Amino acid sequence: MSTLLSVKNVSKRFEVNGRTVQALEDVSFEVERGECLAIVGESGSGKSTIANIILGIYGPTDGDLVFKDEALPAKRTQELRRAIQLVQQNPLSSLNPRRSIGASLRLALDVHAIGDRTERDQRTGELLEEVGLPAEFRTRLPASLSGGQRQRVAIARALACQSELVVLDEPTSALDVLVQARVLRLLKSLKEARGLTYVFITHDLSVVRNIADRVAVFEKGRLIELATTKAIFTRPENPYTRRLIGAVPVVSAQEAALKDNIMEQENGNA
Amino acid sequence: MKKTLVILTRNPLSLIGLILVGIVVLSALFADVITPFPAHVGAVVDFANFNQPPHWPNIFGTDLVGRDLFTRVVYAYRISLILGIVVLAIAVPIGVAIGLAAGYLGGWTEYLLMRLTDVFLSIPPLVLAMSIMGLLQPTLTNGMIAVTAMWWPWYTRLVYNIARSEKEEGYVLAAEVIGASKLHIMFREILPNCVPSIITKMTLDFGFVILIASSLSFLGLGVQPPTPDLGSMVAEGAKYLPDSWWLTVFPGLAILIAVFGFNLIGDALREILGVDQ
Repeated sequence: MSTLLSVKNVSKRFEVNGRTVQALEDVSFEVERGECLAIVGESGSGKSTIANIILGIYGPTDGDLVFKDEALPAKRTQELRRAIQLVQQNPLSSLNPRRSIGASLRLALDVHAIGDRTERDQRTGELLEEVGLPAEFRTRLPASLSGGQRQRVAIARALACQSELVVLDEPTSALDVLVQARVLRLLKSLKEARGLTYVFITHDLSVVRNIADRVAVFEKGRLIELATTKAIFTRPENPYTRRLIGAVPVVSAQEAALKDNIMEQENGNA
Repeated sequence: MKKTLVILTRNPLSLIGLILVGIVVLSALFADVITPFPAHVGAVVDFANFNQPPHWPNIFGTDLVGRDLFTRVVYAYRISLILGIVVLAIAVPIGVAIGLAAGYLGGWTEYLLMRLTDVFLSIPPLVLAMSIMGLLQPTLTNGMIAVTAMWWPWYTRLVYNIARSEKEEGYVLAAEVIGASKLHIMFREILPNCVPSIITKMTLDFGFVILIASSLSFLGLGVQPPTPDLGSMVAEGAKYLPDSWWLTVFPGLAILIAVFGFNLIGDALREILGVDQ
């Protein structure tokens, strides 16, 4: 596997009311092409800050980012914006309530001049079908869609500009459990079908286990552990990671086995 | 849009508003047909009939030079409405564009634009309009310029506040991440979310523009004779109160009907469109 994105010694400081807050401190990691890297940590650990830096919403105070072997500037070119896309946490606010689903999707196609002008409306329909929604939804307003459906639209929008790296900022935490599972399955299948790379920001370890290949654990702005998902869950090295995993509510071993069994069937059906 | 109209007719108060505004608009549109003496709009003198109380065919009575007051009130509506439409048609786009730019772009743009707006807002509206009218000639066109100059900052304020809060919404971030232009985000993403508030304010303001224009002409700074104008008719008639009461009462009622009607509709729209004050 080749490296798609590397984050090198990145630090970020914010000035808040004259005080300096160190949001990220000397963070380095690499994201391999085609993998799903989960970034976990509690609130204030800097996981959203790193997401925003990757997206170019603001630049790092120190350090560099390298995307596809080229330096990633804080001020992005349209081509870089196309390649790195975002799915937000709250599907209620991420779609404009006064624009149709189709118009929201078409924006990405228009901005990056993807496809023939006359075919773009049809293309939005295809995008909706790709995320498991009927093409007719493009004429609807977001208010007539459920949370899960809106999140699917948000995913379709992130895919519309043929992105390569998708930053998923807690994409399932605003959804109920069943919808969560379906959206995760969709994300998994899209990743394989399109060869996408995910940076998956979350605080939900059960989600991590379900989708991530590797896990980066953040605490107070520092990257304290980075390993494969299996390694993190079976032999976490850092005491903080152990506490984080320990904080996940667990059921008895018997119930857990039952649940795993059911989940496997579910995933098989998907 | 159709739904809004249906709801408007269901509520008794807004229905009254619709009827009042309907009367104003229709009489302004069909002034030539419904008035008995269309010629009395201009400089006509009929001393045989001067200063008569209401009687047939002069249902509102006649003025000091014998012109039919009803005819003049109805034609005055036409001028008031044109003034209201022109003022809002110029003030609203200017105010909205400045408000959007200040609210979304932030930084120095916001600082400069909002301080400029504050300067305009800090001058009492009538004083501002009076000084502009004093500098220029008191004509209908200059009256429109004066009222427009005092009106746009309110729309800037309104849209600025909405834009500032909408800017934090996820859909703006999404458009930025996609790489949409600032103009697109301002006018295609944020503006549609300001439209209900803008429409509501415009309906309310229509009455107020008529009122302020009447105040200006009451002070002698608006439309000049012989063109009929509600404010100057009230000002002229006030000298002959209480004997020639019809000279003030009918133009005064006409102002009241227009302002009240537009306000009732504006209030109802605010509730229907879910706009916070």
